Amino acid sequence: MVKKKIEDFLVTGNHRLNTEYFVLTLRSEHSLPAIFPGQFAELRVDHAGNPFLRRPISFFDVDREQHEIRLLIQEVGAGTQQLSMLDPGDTLNMIYPLGHPFTMVEGKDFLLAAGGVGIAPMLLLGRTLKQAGKRPVFLFGFRSEEQVFDLSAFEALGEVYITTEDGSMGKKGMITGHPILETGIFDGCYSCGPEPMMKAIAKIADGKDIFCEVSLENMMACGIGACLCCAQPTLHGMKMACVDGPVFNTKELLW
Amino acid sequence: MVDLQVNIGALSLKNPVTTASGCFGYGSEYSDFMDISRLGAVFTKAVTKENREGNPSPRMAETPSGMLNSVGLQNKGVEYFISHIYPSLHQYDTVFIANVSGSTLDEYVEVAERINDLEGIPAIELNISCPNVKKGGMVFGTNGESAAEVIRAVRKVYRKTLIVKLSPNVTSIPAFAKTAEDAGADAVSLINTILAMAIDAEKRKPVLATVTGGLSGPAVKPVALRMVWEAYHSVNIPVIGIGGIRSASDAIEFMLAGATAIQIGTANFVEPAVSVQVLEGIMAYLERHGFSSVRELIGNLEMPEGFERFRPKTF
Ligand SMILES: Cc1cc2nc3c(=O)[nH]c(=O)nc-3n(C[C@H](O)[C@H](O)[C@H](O)COP(=O)(O)OP(=O)(O)OC[C@H]3O[C@@H](n4cnc5c(N)ncnc54)[C@H](O)[C@@H]3O)c2cc1C
Ligand SMILES: Cc1cc2nc3c(=O)[nH]c(=O)nc-3n(C[C@H](O)[C@H](O)[C@H](O)COP(=O)(O)O)c2cc1C
Ligand code: FES
Repeated sequence: MVKKKIEDFLVTGNHRLNTEYFVLTLRSEHSLPAIFPGQFAELRVDHAGNPFLRRPISFFDVDREQHEIRLLIQEVGAGTQQLSMLDPGDTLNMIYPLGHPFTMVEGKDFLLAAGGVGIAPMLLLGRTLKQAGKRPVFLFGFRSEEQVFDLSAFEALGEVYITTEDGSMGKKGMITGHPILETGIFDGCYSCGPEPMMKAIAKIADGKDIFCEVSLENMMACGIGACLCCAQPTLHGMKMACVDGPVFNTKELLW
Repeated sequence: MVDLQVNIGALSLKNPVTTASGCFGYGSEYSDFMDISRLGAVFTKAVTKENREGNPSPRMAETPSGMLNSVGLQNKGVEYFISHIYPSLHQYDTVFIANVSGSTLDEYVEVAERINDLEGIPAIELNISCPNVKKGGMVFGTNGESAAEVIRAVRKVYRKTLIVKLSPNVTSIPAFAKTAEDAGADAVSLINTILAMAIDAEKRKPVLATVTGGLSGPAVKPVALRMVWEAYHSVNIPVIGIGGIRSASDAIEFMLAGATAIQIGTANFVEPAVSVQVLEGIMAYLERHGFSSVRELIGNLEMPEGFERFRPKTF
């Protein structure tokens, strides 16, 4: 197992995508350890202790040559708001890399279905799949056009389909109603986003009898398996989302 | 070099900095970040007679300067502890103290008896103060007679150092500390978490699946400090201070209030190497103030003039 590190990263960029999303770019002085899609970091938001706990955030992108990582973050509360105000030159303390990543399985065609900021782990995953000679297809759901940002990094890896709840862009409705789910032929799917969405995707995958993994967002305190706060009931008993997950095969979950 | 050694009953700790039950796993979770062997002791997660799945999720809610948890004694039971966890503890040069929990008096006794046989575990911490289990737990810790009964029963079968962990959810700490001492405890530790609640206004729902949970972290520190101070003046056995400690200054404050050793809990989640930083900060403080032993700090509190030496009113 890769050793977990605690490290101060240098903020080298903070790029606003829209009113809700931003991308933080962080640089390490050292070469980065192996980081796999679906893994996350625990960010120390504020040294004054408010908010008190660290915030779990997935790896959005990794640039090994530059020793840089990127995080796609949605502003939802005090912690993510403080992160959104970081400037280049600031430091950000992280515990990383954490969690059990997405698994690579047999097959060629994979659906990567995400809602909202659940998109975050899908770039690294798409790239890893592509590098392994597989074909990722992205299906992303947003609330409306304002939430949608430049998806060219994904488009470089595979087809990208979009739904918006209000129909302002792409297909109207939820991703679970998108025709690609019926017409596409996939060997498996990966999903991250609101729980009802992941459950619906899991159900469809189950119906087609294909592999399906989801990344859960259970509330976490420690992120390293010590506090037992992020418990997830599974077929094999209580698992910890921060170490046994956040990625789980949906066949394991007692949903 | 300053002398850091402290005594909890017959047990000698190489320094007073320890980690709290349920907040440090069984040590190995933190070994990537710090040298576990530098700790005075590690208090393990609760050990119960049988496997326990704990409470449903969500089990955690963040609150100002702290958090609520309702983990509920999740562990794989005493047999698993003995066969799978205990053998791995020898790799660290520190003292492991098992946190013994249960729902019935018999369960406490049975677990204590099993752990008594483990050569490498020189002490137990009897958890009669968990707010997160329906039966037992805090019921024993908030009713004087039940507390005395369970401590006496465990004392009969447990021959090593017996630490009793007190609940803050009582009206009189002095009374409970005294009860523990009279029933045969070698030391008391406090505080466990404070019974609390969080509500999501948007959803009009409690945040925790169990509705209520235990508050920990810096938010509880002033309450814990007062309670440790009261306990120190009520008994003649060592007191172990717990509650919101995240800096050397916090730890020293607890020792000045009367603690012989301290436990660090929730702060580990935020800073995984915090315990080593606290230890180093204590060493620097001792040198700066010219103390030759950390034991000189215990209860070494200068009171305002005219303040009568602590006289508990309630026992
Ligand atoms: C493994 C994992 C990976 C994640 N990856 C990302 C990511 O790449 N990008 C991103 O923007 N967000 C991600 N999240 C969610 C992110 O951690 C939360 O949005 C963040 O902690 C909220 O902090 P806050 O202080 O801004 O909001 P708070 O004020 O703490 O909370 C605002 C709202 O966010 C929700 N929330 C709070 N903490 C969490 C949490 N730990 N998990 C889920 N929801 C939470 C609460 O229900 C609350 O309603 C991830 C969560 C997990 C567990
Ligand atoms: C997630 C969590 C789990 C805990 N589990 C236990 C436990 O199993 N047994 C116990 O006696 N105390 C348990 N506690 C209480 C702590 O040991 C400690 O008494 C309390 O958190 C106050 O200290 P702190 O503010 O430093 O965390 C737990 C606390 C937390 C936050
Ligand atoms: S967040 Fe602490 S065990 Fe998962």
